[in-house]
Amino acid sequence: MIGTLFGVSSLLAATSGGINWHSFFFLLFALLACGLAVAVVLADNVVRMAFYLVLSLGATAGLFFLAGAEFVGAMQLMIYVGGTLVLLIFGVMLTAQEPFVAIKTPARDKVLAGIVGGGLLAVLLQAAFTGPAWSEAPADMAERTLGQVTQPSATPLGMALVGVRVDGDVASGERSPADGNVRSGYLLPFEIVSVHLLVVLVGAAYLARTKRRKAVAIARDESTTGGVR
Amino acid sequence: MAEYLIQTVGLPEWLAWSLMAGLSAVLILNLMAGGALVFIWAERKVSARIQDRLGPTRTGGSFGWLQSLADGIKLLAKEDLMPAGADGMLFRVAPYVSFCASFAAFIGLPFAFDMVGLRLNVGVFYVVAVLGLEVFGVILAGYASASKWSLFGAMREAAQVVSYEVPLGMCIVVPVMLAGTMDLVTIGEKQAGWFTNWYVFHDPFTFVIFWVYVTCAVASVNRAPFDLAEAESELVAGFHTEYSGLRWSFFFMAEYSSMFLVSGLAAVLFLGGWNGPIPVASLLGLSDGTGDTTGVLVRLVGLGNLLGKATLGVLIMMWIRWTLPRLRIDQVMTTCLKYCTPIAAVMFAGAMTWLWVFPGGVLDIDTGSRRPGEIREGWLDGPGGRGAAAVSTPSSVPNNAAVAEVAE
Repeated sequence: MIGTLFGVSSLLAATSGGINWHSFFFLLFALLACGLAVAVVLADNVVRMAFYLVLSLGATAGLFFLAGAEFVGAMQLMIYVGGTLVLLIFGVMLTAQEPFVAIKTPARDKVLAGIVGGGLLAVLLQAAFTGPAWSEAPADMAERTLGQVTQPSATPLGMALVGVRVDGDVASGERSPADGNVRSGYLLPFEIVSVHLLVVLVGAAYLARTKRRKAVAIARDESTTGGVR
Repeated sequence: MAEYLIQTVGLPEWLAWSLMAGLSAVLILNLMAGGALVFIWAERKVSARIQDRLGPTRTGGSFGWLQSLADGIKLLAKEDLMPAGADGMLFRVAPYVSFCASFAAFIGLPFAFDMVGLRLNVGVFYVVAVLGLEVFGVILAGYASASKWSLFGAMREAAQVVSYEVPLGMCIVVPVMLAGTMDLVTIGEKQAGWFTNWYVFHDPFTFVIFWVYVTCAVASVNRAPFDLAEAESELVAGFHTEYSGLRWSFFFMAEYSSMFLVSGLAAVLFLGGWNGPIPVASLLGLSDGTGDTTGVLVRLVGLGNLLGKATLGVLIMMWIRWTLPRLRIDQVMTTCLKYCTPIAAVMFAGAMTWLWVFPGGVLDIDTGSRRPGEIREGWLDGPGGRGAAAVSTPSSVPNNAAVAEVAE
């Protein structure tokens, strides 16, 4: 919402010298994200809600791309839009029975949700407006036209995940001048997270399999008794 | 291309840029629509030849060239049906979701050096992420059709695509690791030179993992033998049972362009991208990195290379489709989880070890590529560093990684 306001002001400010496409697309994606988020809340059908959520998250990914944070944008698409929502729809479609597919919210709940949501929005607005004036463009913004941006890439992040920091500062001792690498990457946290996920996977597989084994055992019992009889 | 228009033709900058932007969009859209027409015709001919038939022979001459066009006109004229119990909005919107996902993925795919809709430094990741969205349209179609066949098809599709993303991702990581970047343009550029520089021939592990990639790519775009979502012998037509007319054809355009996309991705990641098997251009002393007319011509040859490789990939997919029988759903899962994933994991570890043992390649040929650990990026050296110069004027670093820069 705040982003929308700033987008409008910068768009209007820039109309004298041609349309500011950055602001235009920011405005577009921000409006899409907000509008579809509202649609998620207002929709009755669960699958439709999921659909609006996908579009809203996709528009958010568009905002990330617009800001030059391509890695985060692609992550957003991959994890939220791609992975989580496929699973969400899976869950909805497998579990939703006829009375639960359409959710009619009682008026009392709507009022309650309005109060909670409005309160959160007020807190966020207050926080956003009291922060430093990030709406003003940086001094070197004029040089950063499309196509000539000094593009930060995801490579240092990837290298840091395998334990090599290429972005460290030599002067402050983060990076040794000899080989240019530092010892402190993110290898250990990365490995811990990987092992944790592996444990989760193994645990899930174990839980799923024990249930089936029991069922198979019961079936076998029945079949053997049937054979005896 | 925009630089070429500005420098050689003398167009004003804004016109050149917007012209190129419009041109890329139109080109990609036409590549999808026109490509689908050609590929559907090719599919009919290929399938006919494999089954010892003739295929289309009458429409538009003895080869039936215009068969797809005639089909297109027929589809346009068909009634747009919707089942009574369907969720109208989702039913209508689902084909466009599939199509848009396919289309959006093409934005990140380079067709020649610097001939890419949008050069992203996480290009591979972006393409894979967006391509994964195609399944969403299929699931929506299956759900919204209010038909059991459709729902079963959608369920199978979802299970299959979610599973196959795991080995597919592992296969894609290997070329990324070899190149030290996720930028598809740089990955393609690092395989310049003779065909021995292609990543598929980099070491035995990449050769094996290329075939795992082929398997997973076929599965991820729902082609036979993995086309369980539409298995016509069991599910009528699977997720698109209830669709007719133009909406149905949108699914087909999405399917064929996804096939083309994964083939193009395979070409860029493993098969040297737009570099031909023999570096004719560089033997003649030409470079595609320059902004003048020769550079553009060399790039156009590169474009032909990539389109040729991708078309070959699509034809191979057709060959597979008409040769192998369809797998059962449990066999599909077994192929993914018990074969593809472990093989991909082992090959990934092997390729990593190979890179560690032979950091400069086995024969120590100077391929112009660098070890990942040696890569320094221009933007790290401060604003307006060498990376910035390289991006804006590719001519300054011909045949080199434009983004990746060596420190000192």
